[in-house]
Amino acid sequence: MAECCSGGKTRIIHTCSGASDVGEIADKTARKLSKDGYGNMTCLAAIGAHLSGFVESAKGADENITIDGCPVACAKKNLEHIGVTPKSYILTEMGLVKGKTPITEKIVTEISNRIKEKKQKTRTDADKSGEGSCCCG
Amino acid sequence: MKIEVLGTGCPKCRKLTELVTETVKETGVTAEIGKVDKINDIMNYGVMITPALAIDGKVVVAGRIPSKDEIKKWIGEKQPK
Repeated sequence: MAECCSGGKTRIIHTCSGASDVGEIADKTARKLSKDGYGNMTCLAAIGAHLSGFVESAKGADENITIDGCPVACAKKNLEHIGVTPKSYILTEMGLVKGKTPITEKIVTEISNRIKEKKQKTRTDADKSGEGSCCCG
Repeated sequence: MKIEVLGTGCPKCRKLTELVTETVKETGVTAEIGKVDKINDIMNYGVMITPALAIDGKVVVAGRIPSKDEIKKWIGEKQPK
């Protein structure tokens, strides 16, 4: 969903949506975060295809987060290719094991909550510094 | 040349329309300036944040108001050599 006048920072969520179990969990986590209103999920393939609207949106967002299943970090690297440094989450570095992780709602919820908690800390720090404003200012 | 301002009508979107109109006048190029204000149409450009600007169908900026110099540069790139 296109954002403006939302009264807050724009946060875009990119995920590898990879073929492995952790890739699938990364995808489901991004969808959950998007549904929860935590940010807006977008299509990583469109970034890879250099579609201008997606690329410029990532460049113009206040914050980009990437959720990758494994350390290959395709989502993070896609963003770096267009000159954007995202906040990166790699699920194998968060305790999941590639090839040995069941895809359950419980795990997706747990990972989602951990991402939200980490960002909460960051946003609290940002709030102290007076960051954040409506894009329509 | 077709220049489109993408946005649902917020103050920044209106400001961008004004800026583009002024810049086109100053440069003297022949351009059709249009608005894309329906959310589904904006999404079809892959734009997640507005205001955004597209020149001949290519999005050149999203989420901020560019400077006049930037707009002039993008227009210049589209001009025949």
